[in-house]
Amino acid sequence: MSAVLQANELRKSYGAIQALKGVSLAVGEGELVGLLGPNGAGKSTLVKIACGLVRPTGGAATIGGAPAGSPEAHRALGYLAELFRFPDWLTADELLGMHQRLAGSDGGFRERERLLDEVGLGEAMTRRVGTMSKGMQQRLGIAQAMVGGPRVLLLDEPTSALDPAGRRTVRRLLEALRERGVAVLLNSHLLSEVELVCDRVAIIARGELVAAGTPDELSRPSGIEVDTADGTRVFADAPREDAPRIVRELVAAGEEIYGVRVMRSSLEDAYLEAVGEA
Amino acid sequence: MITIAVFALRESLRRRVFSVVGLLTLAFLGLYGLGTWQLFDSVGQFEEPIEGVEARTVAGATILGLAMFATLFLGTILAVFLTLGAVRGDAERGLLQPVLVRPVHRRTVLVGRFAAAASVCGAYVVVVFLAATALTWAFSDWWPDNTLGPALQLAGAVAVLSALSLAGSVLLSANANGIAVFMLFGAGLVAGLLGQIGEALGSRTLDRVADIVSWVLPFEALYQAALAAITADTVGFTRLAINLGPFGGAESASPLLWPWALAFIALVGAVASAAFARRDL
Repeated sequence: MSAVLQANELRKSYGAIQALKGVSLAVGEGELVGLLGPNGAGKSTLVKIACGLVRPTGGAATIGGAPAGSPEAHRALGYLAELFRFPDWLTADELLGMHQRLAGSDGGFRERERLLDEVGLGEAMTRRVGTMSKGMQQRLGIAQAMVGGPRVLLLDEPTSALDPAGRRTVRRLLEALRERGVAVLLNSHLLSEVELVCDRVAIIARGELVAAGTPDELSRPSGIEVDTADGTRVFADAPREDAPRIVRELVAAGEEIYGVRVMRSSLEDAYLEAVGEA
Repeated sequence: MITIAVFALRESLRRRVFSVVGLLTLAFLGLYGLGTWQLFDSVGQFEEPIEGVEARTVAGATILGLAMFATLFLGTILAVFLTLGAVRGDAERGLLQPVLVRPVHRRTVLVGRFAAAASVCGAYVVVVFLAATALTWAFSDWWPDNTLGPALQLAGAVAVLSALSLAGSVLLSANANGIAVFMLFGAGLVAGLLGQIGEALGSRTLDRVADIVSWVLPFEALYQAALAAITADTVGFTRLAINLGPFGGAESASPLLWPWALAFIALVGAVASAAFARRDL
């Protein structure tokens, strides 16, 4: 899988504060990568460098092979900032129209209509931004990021203002984008969201990449639970391979077995361990 | 660039400051009309006119000169409020980032914003100046020696101030930028007053200081040139009487004024563009 977004040894200092200390990351075509980390870890800085909004102190980032911040990179990019605002006097249709012109998209009305439908705002085409709820504005922001059919989407907390139904809409949209081959870097605090949709997860803490892998790789076996007539018995830290032996021994000891579960630590456990707050 | 400029233009016309300035302008023109009517009513009653001095010309040039100051002031308010938060302010509010991640050069954003602000403010001062001129004519039958030139010079002055305010918005917070630009505006006017005092006292030093400042801040030179242009063809004792008045220190435009004003805007734009290119958002 070729990397559409590539960050190599990115460093960023704000005076004496080192926001990023040499972070490398790649997101391939059709890959959905979750970026996790505590507040102030450097996630937004990384995303902003990839967008060309912040200049790195060292290292480099490329989008579709072009240096981050270049017009070529911007043509391949869609971005939704964590803190964004659109002019409240524009309608949803006007806003997308303006971004079509800026992005050089010739999708016209059909593209605008499709994008609004995809984020569940099909009925709000002529509605002014100022009259929309925060959640609607966030959906509009996602539609805005998708104008022009970008190869890479950088979404910084795209579901923070959404209700559960809105989150599900966005989750389905992200899955659809993956099928279309769009690379997505999803910066989020919502571990459950990340766990549900992301192919890979990168965890940043104190400006460094402290863990990376698939959600399965990051979570670890954390014991075996066996339901018996006397209740649930827990065999902490026992690996999956021990399950047959444990069951045999319990049966031999006269226990009646009703269920066996191999336990794994959650992404949350992995995350807390990686950022040193376990 | 056109998309940015059209967007900024629409935004400018929607801003509340535009309504406030519109109301202030109507109030100003109303009061100006009243004042002009009263002034020329008095001028018409002069029992012993001074020989060789056209009282209507002196009164007309003086009151229209005051109107030009007010017009420039209102135009400056508009220019500053339309641009004072164009970069840092909009970035802090999260308005700028979605635009800058498009394949649009940051310089293009600045040029578009400048084009919109300069067009709106330039059109505004031209309209207000022409309205004041028409009011003066309606009550006095006096029409300035030049009309289009001073109107364009006032428009040029607010374009310079728009450029300064836009450049300031890259480096300063909106409040600090607004204060800084109004202080520059004030400094230019003070220099103009110093020039008039220098003229009255025959002080070459004050004259020189005023000259230098008006070139460093070309909006002041354009304003002075606009003032001078409204009585450019007036001669004799009437000219002498005008020179004794509050706008006697007005300076005719040097042939280099417009090229320098345009170069100044380009220079300010280049500095702003370089600073913007390096700015983390």
